[in-house]
Amino acid sequence: MKLTYEPVIGLEIHAELQTNSKMFCACSADYSNAPEPNTFICPVCTGLPGALPVLNKKAIEQATLVGLSLNCSINEFNTFARKNYFYPDLPKGYQISQYELPIASKGYLDVLDDTENPLRVVVRRVHIEEDTAKLAHEKNYALVDFNRAGVPLLEIVSEPDMRTVEAALSYATKIRAILRYLGVNSGDMEKGVLRFEANISVRPSGSSELRKRTEIKNLNSFRALTRASAYEIDRQIKVYESDGEVVQETLGWDEARGVTVSQRGKEDAHDYRYFPEPDLPPLQLDRTWIDSIKDQLPELPDAKTQRFIKQYELKRQEAILLTSEKSLADYFEGVVFKSNSPAKTIHSWIAGEFMRYMNDSGVALEDIKLSAEQFAQLIDMVTDKTISSNSAKVVLNEMLKSGGDPQEIVKAKNLAQVSDTGFIQEAIEKILSDNPKEVEQFLAGKETIVQWLMGQVARATKGKADPNVAKELLVKALEARRK
Amino acid sequence: MSQKIDTDMVKHVAHLVRLGISEDEAQKFSGQFSSIIDYFNMLNEVDTDNVPPASDITNNTNVLREDVAKPSMSREEFLKNAPQSERGYIKVPTVLGEE
Amino acid sequence: MQLHNLTIREAHELLTTKKISSVELTQATLQRAHEIDPKIKSYVTITDDVALKQAKQADERIAKGENVTPLTGIPFAAKDCISTRDIRTTCSSKILEDYVPQYNATVINKLADAGAVLMGKNNMDEFGMGSSCENSAFFNTHNPWDLDRVPGGSSGGSAAAMSASLCSFSLGEDTGGSVRMPAGFCNVTGIKPTYGRVSRYGLISLVSSFDCIGPMTRDVYDCATVLETIAGHDEHDSTTFNSPVPQYNQNLNKSVKGMTIGIPKEYFVSGMEAGVESSIQEAIRTYEKLGMKIQEVSLPNTQYALPVYYLLLFAEASSNLARFDGTRFGLSISENAKDVIDIYLQTRHEGFGDEVKRRIMLGAYALSAGYYDAYYLKAQKVRTLLRRDFETALASVDILLAPTCPTTAFKLGEKTNDPLEMYLSDIYVVATNPAGVPALALPCGFSKGLPVGMQLIGKHLDEQTLFQVGHAYQQETDWHKRLPPL
Ligand SMILES: [Mg+2]
Ligand SMILES: [Zn+2]
Repeated sequence: MKLTYEPVIGLEIHAELQTNSKMFCACSADYSNAPEPNTFICPVCTGLPGALPVLNKKAIEQATLVGLSLNCSINEFNTFARKNYFYPDLPKGYQISQYELPIASKGYLDVLDDTENPLRVVVRRVHIEEDTAKLAHEKNYALVDFNRAGVPLLEIVSEPDMRTVEAALSYATKIRAILRYLGVNSGDMEKGVLRFEANISVRPSGSSELRKRTEIKNLNSFRALTRASAYEIDRQIKVYESDGEVVQETLGWDEARGVTVSQRGKEDAHDYRYFPEPDLPPLQLDRTWIDSIKDQLPELPDAKTQRFIKQYELKRQEAILLTSEKSLADYFEGVVFKSNSPAKTIHSWIAGEFMRYMNDSGVALEDIKLSAEQFAQLIDMVTDKTISSNSAKVVLNEMLKSGGDPQEIVKAKNLAQVSDTGFIQEAIEKILSDNPKEVEQFLAGKETIVQWLMGQVARATKGKADPNVAKELLVKALEARRK
Repeated sequence: MSQKIDTDMVKHVAHLVRLGISEDEAQKFSGQFSSIIDYFNMLNEVDTDNVPPASDITNNTNVLREDVAKPSMSREEFLKNAPQSERGYIKVPTVLGEE
Repeated sequence: MQLHNLTIREAHELLTTKKISSVELTQATLQRAHEIDPKIKSYVTITDDVALKQAKQADERIAKGENVTPLTGIPFAAKDCISTRDIRTTCSSKILEDYVPQYNATVINKLADAGAVLMGKNNMDEFGMGSSCENSAFFNTHNPWDLDRVPGGSSGGSAAAMSASLCSFSLGEDTGGSVRMPAGFCNVTGIKPTYGRVSRYGLISLVSSFDCIGPMTRDVYDCATVLETIAGHDEHDSTTFNSPVPQYNQNLNKSVKGMTIGIPKEYFVSGMEAGVESSIQEAIRTYEKLGMKIQEVSLPNTQYALPVYYLLLFAEASSNLARFDGTRFGLSISENAKDVIDIYLQTRHEGFGDEVKRRIMLGAYALSAGYYDAYYLKAQKVRTLLRRDFETALASVDILLAPTCPTTAFKLGEKTNDPLEMYLSDIYVVATNPAGVPALALPCGFSKGLPVGMQLIGKHLDEQTLFQVGHAYQQETDWHKRLPPL
């Protein structure tokens, strides 16, 4: 009998914090907008002899906020540590990080696994550290830019609680959403502000052993995370199936070839010699301060989802979609607030035509020209039958593309819906006489033909006919032909 | 507890601190290290149960800086000391692997 | 009148009464340095141009009567581990031989603001690792009292320069006695302030949790003057104290009558040179005459101070010296480097001297997986006991008194082949650094023609009492006024 295997996945997430200045010096942290390499630098972040670090207060606040949002306990006594290793992107020859006493530990995050079942992922710790410089590898040499060196970075470490790639993706996605909710990270993975590291092992299904694991570093997108994890799970299973042994090692992900590759030839020097950072006195965070940070916590995705389900009578999936981004949830609530239509209707407009436009055009919600108020007006026009929903789609796309007032667009395009029975009656009579075969079919009992005929009516009236009125008149006219 | 620091150990720690070292040097240091470490082992006599390690000796806590960005030093100044640079970057030989 | 022999206080008086100018004083001192220093070799760099420019500016300040401080126009030298913008700062290491910092250490800025005149940079043991100045990568410094002997270390250049009147004061740096031990060997006054009293920003770190910049001067009065100028909170150094800096000289003449001196019994055991012991006993009698009470105290963990000190030094130094990697500044040996690691290996092999190599390797050892608990952590725990020793002893007395070294200055080359023997010469001075307490070294006699030093150890942030008690002694004795026969 062939064994089946179960993956065991843990994630380390590196998230840059959104501060004005770097973690330990006053250089701008906005390195992606630096005019040139090595322009946001000083003696501290380039590791010049004699320079000393000073903690950024805002970074401590943001880190605390993240810890609280992940249900962690905030450690009142915090120390910093040096992680010693040599690499040209690490100017001091050590990274200032946290080791024994991180800012937050022992939290959790509830996500949904691949079967949409709830899964609680334990967050082992959240610690503060500094980002490294950027290395550009050229053919026979490398170039170093220190603009990113010293930017505050959080490391969020989960327990190996995930058993499927989908669960890992779901956890990663939710962490990103929370960081964005908190306003501490843009989630812009193309810029590298959020990076994943997956720890992966596989074991026979049902067993509880922890086998040798590999670490895939520097996964810079959800796609890379998903593909690399799936590949690595597969690879390890094949190793076991051919009676081999998985080697504990650090891997890289080759996006182009779609394979994981061994990164460290020699493991001999992998001893970080952590010790307490003598240049930084510890943090003693008191309860009152932690509580004041807690008061700044916004409503987080889960709580918002629950509220949306209750308050707006949405289905779970609908609410999850709307709350996936705080800006989207806020937009939705903005439209609800301005509109007289049911929240469910507003949801279907946002989830449908509106999001389709955003996906297709790639325009971010922040850059959308349509105000919540205008969107509300448009939806209300459908609700009170001023225009048909088909017309509304036309107006919506127009507004999304070039802005404008919905009422004026309706007027300009002459889209107002007509309930004038005479006008509709006329159109129906013409359609029925043009399509004798279909009329025959109806009279022979094929009732579904009504739908097709309705389509003809809509086309002839250019969508302006109120569908309820039209249908009533159409059926009446057909029945009249029985005699 | 007396331990000998052999040349392999000397080479290992030399590599940890990225110090090139010859066989002769490893020999020489090995002898010196053993007597120094031996001397340090006198600390084993001290009962440190229930003694916390000293950490910060100033008893300062919460020394924090407001999150205000200030102008940086000029790149020209920074690169002035650089052994090799190119297009405003620090230039180093090929970098293999991670850390 | 020999201008170079003036104390700061005397020079200040003459400068402000316009009897001399800073340019005259500076020129005289520079001239002496160029004349005498080839024998002593206390300077790595002499900055004539900078000094004369700053002296001119000081004279303008004095002429206008604007912003004149006790240090305006006074020439000084700084240990070469203190960063000076646009002036080579080498740590007496090959790896920094041509390094010119882009910024000033905070203490240098403070002295510049006060109008002091920078004459140059002093030789030292490489990165502060040594007790004789023989670990300089460039040359040995000679003791002005006997050119065949060492000046002590690691601030040997700063002590020798002060002793030989090649500056009006110097800045040393004390990680484990590096100001006090050479001060004793060279017959000058020097203080290791409370850890955190003086900013370390721009001081090239040896041991971040021990390093203290401290002035070396002709007498206690001058020492207090300089410390007052350089001490205080620095927003760039998180380990500096926020508490205000007292005006030390205002209370200098307060009577010491009725105060108590503690004599740590562990410091008076066999191995001390007879002439050192008798000088210290004589100093104790002087204090008795001044009405002070003498009380024996115990620092029971004294014998462990040396291993604690060295273990923690090795560990922190191994990390602090990692940044010297040949990529951003300093020496870089890139020939045939196939990989960046080759630059590291070659540069550090060529750039560091043996003592530095020994110490950073031992530091990596003490911190590495499997040894951390036995060495680094154990040393940090015993460090707590050392701190408690001082707290307990200083709870019952006002200050402690002890020698700075069991011997007087030893001969060049005498201890260079036995690192452990060299480490033992720091036995009296190392304990204060892990404990963080301040200690003032001052001349207290001669043994076979060589200076003997003693140190007064005080409570945290209580430099005031040290100065007061030290000054009282210098009112009664003239050891500090004796100059080497050059
Ligand atoms: Mg990390
Ligand atoms: Zn910076």
